[in-house]
Formats: sequence, structure tokens, C-alpha cells
Amino acid sequence: MGARSRNGADWPGVRLHVVTGKGGTGKTTAAASLALALASNAKHVLLCEVEERQGIAQLFDVPPLPYEERRIASGLGTGSTGGGSVHALAIDVESALLEYLAMYYRLGRAGRALERFGVIDFATTIAPGVRDVLLTGKLYEAAHRNRRHKKAREYDAIVLDAPPTGRIGQFLNVNSELAGLAKAGPVRKQADTVMTLLRSKQTAVHLVTVLEDMPVQETADGIEQLRAARLPVGAVIVNRVRPHALDEEARDKAIAGDLPRELIERGLAAAGVRSTRTLVDALLDEAREHSERRELEDEQRRHINDLGVPTYELPRLSGGVDLGGLYELAAAFCEQGMA
Amino acid sequence: MSARSGGRFGPLVAKQGPNPELDVDGLLDDPATRIIVCCGSGGVGKTTTSAALALRAAERGRKAVVLTIDPARRLAQSMGIEALDNIPRPVPGLRWQSSAGTTGRTTGRTGKDKGKAAEDVGDADEPRLDAMMLDMKRTFDEVVESQASPEKAAQILANPFYQALSSSFAGTQEYMAMEKLGQLRHEALETGQWDLIVVDTPPSRSALDFLDAPERLSSFLDGRFIRLMLAPARGPARLMTAGFGAVTNTLAKIVGAQMLRDVQTFIAAFDTLFGGFRQRAERTFELLQADETAFLVVAAPEPDALREAAYFVERLEEENMPLAGLIVNRASRPPAGNLSGDRAMAAAERLEELDERDDASEVTAGLLRLHADRVRIVGRETHLRQRFAATHPEVPTAVMPALSTDVHDLEGLRVVGGLLAG
Repeated sequence: MGARSRNGADWPGVRLHVVTGKGGTGKTTAAASLALALASNAKHVLLCEVEERQGIAQLFDVPPLPYEERRIASGLGTGSTGGGSVHALAIDVESALLEYLAMYYRLGRAGRALERFGVIDFATTIAPGVRDVLLTGKLYEAAHRNRRHKKAREYDAIVLDAPPTGRIGQFLNVNSELAGLAKAGPVRKQADTVMTLLRSKQTAVHLVTVLEDMPVQETADGIEQLRAARLPVGAVIVNRVRPHALDEEARDKAIAGDLPRELIERGLAAAGVRSTRTLVDALLDEAREHSERRELEDEQRRHINDLGVPTYELPRLSGGVDLGGLYELAAAFCEQGMA
Repeated sequence: MSARSGGRFGPLVAKQGPNPELDVDGLLDDPATRIIVCCGSGGVGKTTTSAALALRAAERGRKAVVLTIDPARRLAQSMGIEALDNIPRPVPGLRWQSSAGTTGRTTGRTGKDKGKAAEDVGDADEPRLDAMMLDMKRTFDEVVESQASPEKAAQILANPFYQALSSSFAGTQEYMAMEKLGQLRHEALETGQWDLIVVDTPPSRSALDFLDAPERLSSFLDGRFIRLMLAPARGPARLMTAGFGAVTNTLAKIVGAQMLRDVQTFIAAFDTLFGGFRQRAERTFELLQADETAFLVVAAPEPDALREAAYFVERLEEENMPLAGLIVNRASRPPAGNLSGDRAMAAAERLEELDERDDASEVTAGLLRLHADRVRIVGRETHLRQRFAATHPEVPTAVMPALSTDVHDLEGLRVVGGLLAG
């Protein structure tokens, strides 16, 4: 992994990065850092969310995002090139439907009538396929802008903070979901077009996990599902990786209780820290716990390697994730060649 | 674990802040607690918590059943069940909890129950826990079958629109979880099979979803649009206003006429069931407000999860639903000693800058870095919990330390239960 340089980014040609993962693994954090990483080298990136959670706004500490692209951050500049930009967009299904109707049917007042009759609610809640087509359709629109749309902004890449692994296959595989419902009509056509983008080389679906049993299992299941649906699997992003502060020998000794107290006492003395019994006990205790956890992590890492998918690791930030932390994670992505 | 074995005033409890401590065993042992609902945002360990609480309750003398929503394979296996399904199945390998078995055993077991329990498990003196997993489509089908005539039910079940609604409508899972809870409660009253039902809630994007879903579904099924769709089938054509005609035409354009026809057929068939659905949803809502129910909000010491927990606590209050307390899972254990993070970090750096480095300096530098890392994490988590406590000082809280191993078997669940109880 170390051989990969930031200039030889590993995903040339990919314009749509879909980021999914089990709930609680840090999907939004990973998506946001990836957007920042891609925005270095003067690239313009759109970061989208579709779950009406306002996760992006909370993470970047900005007011709730409207259905409108807002600039929320600048990419890191490198050397001669300035940084690019990250815009964010919260896609909600009602707005997407009204926009869709306005665009294709020039519905002005009739659009509002639909709302009055509760049709919007109807179309967007009861027919889940329709819902997903509208959400992914908006992504498609953003990905396929060109100079003919004068006012619209063009992006070099789009990062989607997608629904969790459990729902991702269903969400992206809009075609099959609609099969039983809309067999014809514009929604169907739209679904087919979107599907072409999603299955193309321009798309990569990345899965975020932490080094624990259940999330790794879910990642494996997710990859299998995506492959079955012929959706392009991207990378596994391993989040919250514990620091590698002890080498293997020290970890083995820590677990076995063989780390000599005298060694620690000597080290503490050299560091100018008064060594007490409590402190040495605490350090040994922490070392054992850390090493046990690392052993489990290494086992999970082996499972991940067996998946045959490129992996990237993000460190656990002990101070929590704030804007500064996001840039730190973005830098980790750049170093490993993800962006 | 060692940090807690010193009794109720270990370092964890001391750092917990102003919130009173949640008495988990008191809650589990109280025969007046008949339903425990575990809720919280995704990925905080709700399912494991539910299973651990149910196991602990059972081994302390309750006849418990746990309704899980989407358990990981490992968790089902840890309860000795290869695949959980929509039917409650006994969990093998339970044993009385040594300290509380006797007192627990006498509570909540009436003569009538005893006969039934003996019939089911053979030996009434064994602790009893059943586990099941929600199959939302199956549950929905059963509701339809119980409410409609056989022909009508068959017609509904075959409708493509119903199939979409029952398997992927946003909220169906939440709604069916509540429906299943109602059924289990009914069964428990009828047969005396269980005196405690522990419910896990679906992994919603937000913890509030499951409270809103039944309302959303029933108001949807009862909505104006659906009424209008039914109008031509039911009566005066004057209800078919010109405006509505335009609306259906537009809709047909978007989703296709065939889909609209499916919808109309479905609604016509489903019409008679609407009232029943709303009534059931209302009954479940009342059940959630009853004194026999206890809500446990589960969170991880992360900003998002605690924010969700705070919303949830407020919402329960608004709805008059009985909140028992907050469980903060996966808390980092505070280190012993008083070496601050900054000093540990500085010391590690000094060691790393030494000209002559040896084993002692290298290992110790690593240990000091780990220590600094842990102090910082504990500090952040404590701060987050204090912020929660400042706004909700009355909420009893249990802090569950992170385990350094995963839960693989019943014994693992027992350990979790023990840690929850403090």
C-alpha cells in the first residue's frame, strides 16, 4: 500500500463514489473525508446525502442543508495547485419528485395540486422503487451536467453518503425493485438510464467497516450482494484503526503478562516520569487490553484481505471527528492513493 | 471488568456524572415490568443488549421472550439457535443465576403458569427464555389473513403492490415489530407462557422512526388520496373532481398505467381492513404508554448516538411513554492512576527523541502513547455524557464498558448482562 503515491490515484475514471457501511461504522465520516481528499488538486467535488439525516451538516458544523448545492469546505492545496472545493447537497425525495415533474412535465400549479392530494406522499412512500429512482436520478443529473446547463455547476467527482449496507443492494438496484411495479412509463426509463451509470466504470461502491466481527461479516455479505447485482465493488475502507504503538513481540508479552515491570520502570525513569506501582499496573493493564483487541483486529483484517478488494485504513481519532479531524483522515486517504 | 468488581462505587460509576445509576436488576426483577423496549440509533449494540437483558431476566426467574429484529448470525448462534425465525424458540443451556435465583424464582410464577410451563418445557424448574426474529412480511401476511376472508386475503397477498408494501415500505418493519409485540403480549396473557417480553427495535436511520412508523402507515392507508382512489369503486361519481382526474392522469404518466391499476385493485381489496389496521396501531401505541412497559434507550458514547438518545428521551416524555433509563454501550474504561494524557504524550516524545534507545524506552514510549490515547478518549466520552446529563439530569444511566472480545456464546451474553447490571 505504501508504494501508491497520491498522484497515481487508484480510481481513475471513477466519477461517482458510493460510500456505504454498517450503521455506526462511520460511513458519513468516511464519505466526507473522501470528498475532501478528492478535492485536493483543484478538483470540485459534490458530497450528497439521501437519508434526510443532515449528517453532513452536523459533521461540518454548518446549518441544515437545503435541497440546493452549498459550498461547505475547501480541498487541501498541494504545492503549486490550489485546493478545490466541496459542495454538499441533501437530496430529499419530495423535492426530487417536484423537480423531476417540473423538468419533464413543466408542472407548475399541478405539482402543488399533487401535494394537496397527498400524491407526493403516496408516490414517494409506498412505492420504494420510485423513491430510490428519484434519489439516484438526481445523482445522475449531477453527474451528467455539461456546459449546456449554463447555471449548473460541473463536478469532477460525486461522493454519495449512501444508505447502510443492509439496504444498499436494494437502493442501487432500482431496476429489479421496480420490476414488479412500474413495467413501463418514464420512471421505468429513468431507472434504466440510472442503472447504466451505476453499472459503468464511472461508479465505485466502497464499503466502510471497523475491525469487528459483525461489521466485517456484513461487509462480506454486502460485497457478495453487490457482485450478484453486477454493481461495481470499489474498496473496503477500514475505519477507527487503533494505533500501532507496540510491536508484535511486545503485544505477545503483554497478553501473556510477561512484560517485565523493571523494563517499564526503567523507561519511565528515562522519560522523567515518577513511576508508581499504580501507574505501572495501569500501563500493563492497558497494554494487555490493547494487545487483545489488536489480535482480534488482525484476525478481522485477514478476513478483509481474503475479500480480494483494495483496502484503505483510517486511524481512530482519539479527540473525536471535527473539521480538523476530517482533513487528517483526508490526508490518510491521499497518502494511501485513494484520492 | 476489574474496574467494576470493586462494587457500586468503582471508578466508572464515580465518573458517571449527576445522573442516577440505572438499577438494571431492579427493573428486570420487578414483576410489574412486562415489556422492555430497547431503542436507539443503528450500530449501538441494541440487539446484543436486548438478548443479554432477556437472558439475565430469565436466569433470575422471569419467563422471558426476546424479539430481535435483524440479529447477526453470530448472535443467533450465541443463543444456540442456528437461524431465528418468526416463531419463538427455546434457548438451550440456561441456568439459574446463583445469587438471585431463589428470590427471582418465586416472583411472577402463578399456579396457572406453572402448569403451562411444565407442559411446554417439561421441567418447570428450568429457567426459560424464548427467542425469535421478526419476519415482517410473514407478520403482515398473518395480519391480513386474520382480518380478511380467505378469498380476499388470497387476492391481497397476490397483489404486486401489496408485496412491495409488505416487504419494503419504509416503516413496515417498525410497524410489524409493534404488531408482533401486540401479538406476543396477547399470547402471554392468554397462555401465561411469558411474563416478560424484551423487544429490540429496527435499525432505523433514526431512533424515532419506530414510534412514527405505525402512525405513518396508518395515516397513509387512511389518506385522502387513497380515499379518492376508492371513490369510483364506491359511489357517487361527483367525488371524481376534475382536479383529481388530472392528478391520476399525471400519476399514470409517471409510474405507468399498469402500476396505477395494481394500486387501485389493491386498495379496493384492502379497504375493509383499513379500520382494523388503524385500531391495531392505536392499541399498540396505548400499550407502549402503559405502566407495564419500560423503555431503555441504548447509545454509544458518540455525538450522533447521544444526540439521537436525547431526542428520543424528549419524545418519550411528550408521548407519556415510560422511560426506564439510558444504557451507554462500549464506553472506554478510565485508566487507573493520575498521569494526564498530555504528560504521557510528552514523556513518550522525550523517549523517542533519546539518542540511545533501547527496549525499555521503546516499549515504554508505546505504552505511554496508548495511555495518552485512552485518557483522551475517556475524556471525550465523559464530556459527551456530561452534556447529555446536563440536559437530562433525571435519566437513570448505566455505563457498559467496551469488551476486548466479541460475544460468541451464551456465556458472552451473560457477561454483558452482568456488566449492565453493574
